[in-house]
Amino acid sequence: MGPFLKLLSELQEIANLVVRIVRGLRKSPRYFDEMIRQMDLIGVGSIAIVCLTGFFTGCVLILQAFPTLEYYGQEAEAGRSVAIALIRELGPVLCALMVAGRVGSAISAELGAMVVSQQIEAMRALGTSPVRKLVTPRIIALILTLPLLTVAGDIFGLFGGGLLARQLHGLDTNVYITSLRMGITIEDILGGVIKPIVFGFIIGLVSCHKGLTTDGGTVGVGRSTTDAVVASSVCVIIADFFLSKLLQGFFTSTMF
Amino acid sequence: MSEEISTAIKLPRGLRPIIPAIEFKNVYLAFDEQVVLDNVSFTVRQGETKLVLGGSGTGKSTVIKLILGLIKPDAGHILIDGEDIVPHDDQELMQMRRKIGMVFQEGALFDSLSVYENVAYRLTEDGIDDNEVEHEVRRMLRFVDLEDAVDKMPIELSGGMRRRVGIARALVGNPSIVLFDEPTAGLDPPTARTICELAIKLRDLEDVASIFVTHEMNNLKYLCGEYAIVDRKGNVHFKEEGDDLCLINTEVIMLRDGKIIFSGKDEQLQKVDDPYITRFLRGK
Repeated sequence: MGPFLKLLSELQEIANLVVRIVRGLRKSPRYFDEMIRQMDLIGVGSIAIVCLTGFFTGCVLILQAFPTLEYYGQEAEAGRSVAIALIRELGPVLCALMVAGRVGSAISAELGAMVVSQQIEAMRALGTSPVRKLVTPRIIALILTLPLLTVAGDIFGLFGGGLLARQLHGLDTNVYITSLRMGITIEDILGGVIKPIVFGFIIGLVSCHKGLTTDGGTVGVGRSTTDAVVASSVCVIIADFFLSKLLQGFFTSTMF
Repeated sequence: MSEEISTAIKLPRGLRPIIPAIEFKNVYLAFDEQVVLDNVSFTVRQGETKLVLGGSGTGKSTVIKLILGLIKPDAGHILIDGEDIVPHDDQELMQMRRKIGMVFQEGALFDSLSVYENVAYRLTEDGIDDNEVEHEVRRMLRFVDLEDAVDKMPIELSGGMRRRVGIARALVGNPSIVLFDEPTAGLDPPTARTICELAIKLRDLEDVASIFVTHEMNNLKYLCGEYAIVDRKGNVHFKEEGDDLCLINTEVIMLRDGKIIFSGKDEQLQKVDDPYITRFLRGK
């Protein structure tokens, strides 16, 4: 099978998975306990790395942007520059990439290991749908937790930027906060929350698909884990472009 | 529709026909160019064990996957209790699988669940009351002689114990059909014997229809040559068939390249003059 046909076949399998997820949503059991457990694992488990990433991203934004702003005499706009970059783009994308690395790989490895040890077949043999029991709770957990993680990452990023601006460049905190508040619009915040919802769906879908299609024993588990992280990261970045364009058209008053 | 397809044995008026627990009718399956099963037909009655023999890659495990509806045949009919499952959708298959127990080669226990939770899985999914679940789980663990391991995790169990927990899990809910997919592969002879004894008990004492996929000759010897009885004190004994009694509830089918090359009793198998079968039975 050529690469193009392989891609088409994979897209067909992913589309089938989506159909089965949607169909499964209408029927019980719905495994709320599993969903809460996954939200804890994904959300609470990722909060430290997301906040750390957000904090240092905010710091580096100030580090790189402040000299340019200073050159044009616009130091007071430092807060706005960090806010726009972080809330519109870097926050959602970096958070999604961190979660794809941490959670996407874990989902793919777990499901892949279950496939090669026949646990998925056992589950089906016992009359349980693996899509409803394993896939749907993970995807819903990602859709619900990724926006929250992004907001947490954004807050730490803004805090990190403000801290560095004061400590390194002596910018007054009130000036930073005022510029930040003036710079953020409701459309920015909405866009910054809509994107992670889509990214969460993409990461969950790609990782679960890669995990469930694992073959070739333990080597296959490693391969599907790598594929899950790479494919979901690339999909997130591609989706970010199209989402930005879409949101730009939707919120005509802002510049997405 | 299933009545037309089924080869249920017709009895005189007033008696109901005997419907086989499992029936394959001209089943054909191919993956791309490779033919996996070619026109395979056989039946398994209630209380009967069908041993499926054959070398690696001859389609033995595929038979089991077809019965569970995990894969669909390209042609032919598969009937479970007289009902053709080939046209069934996922939801109907899920319901059908509830009357089938499946024992996997390596046990396929859920790593994240304890022995208790593994065995209780099917009942928990059905929302059965906790006390009833505990009673049933302990009964099944007693059946496989593993009640002491109830709180252990699968990682703490030996290979044989994992298979026995797998059997206990498969038997919860009293399925009328049990499928064994090479359950003794890689086990030491006494543990393999224990697994066979469990299969014999299911066949003779519980009236369960089963398919036992294997390529080990010891399994053939035990399952085709021994039967289980219960004495007055309730103890189970295993006796060998002999001049007084010949087992008729165990048959053998042998697969080669997706085709059935032998179907009958073990005594007939031993007498077949086919180089492949002779080599398979004697190893030379």
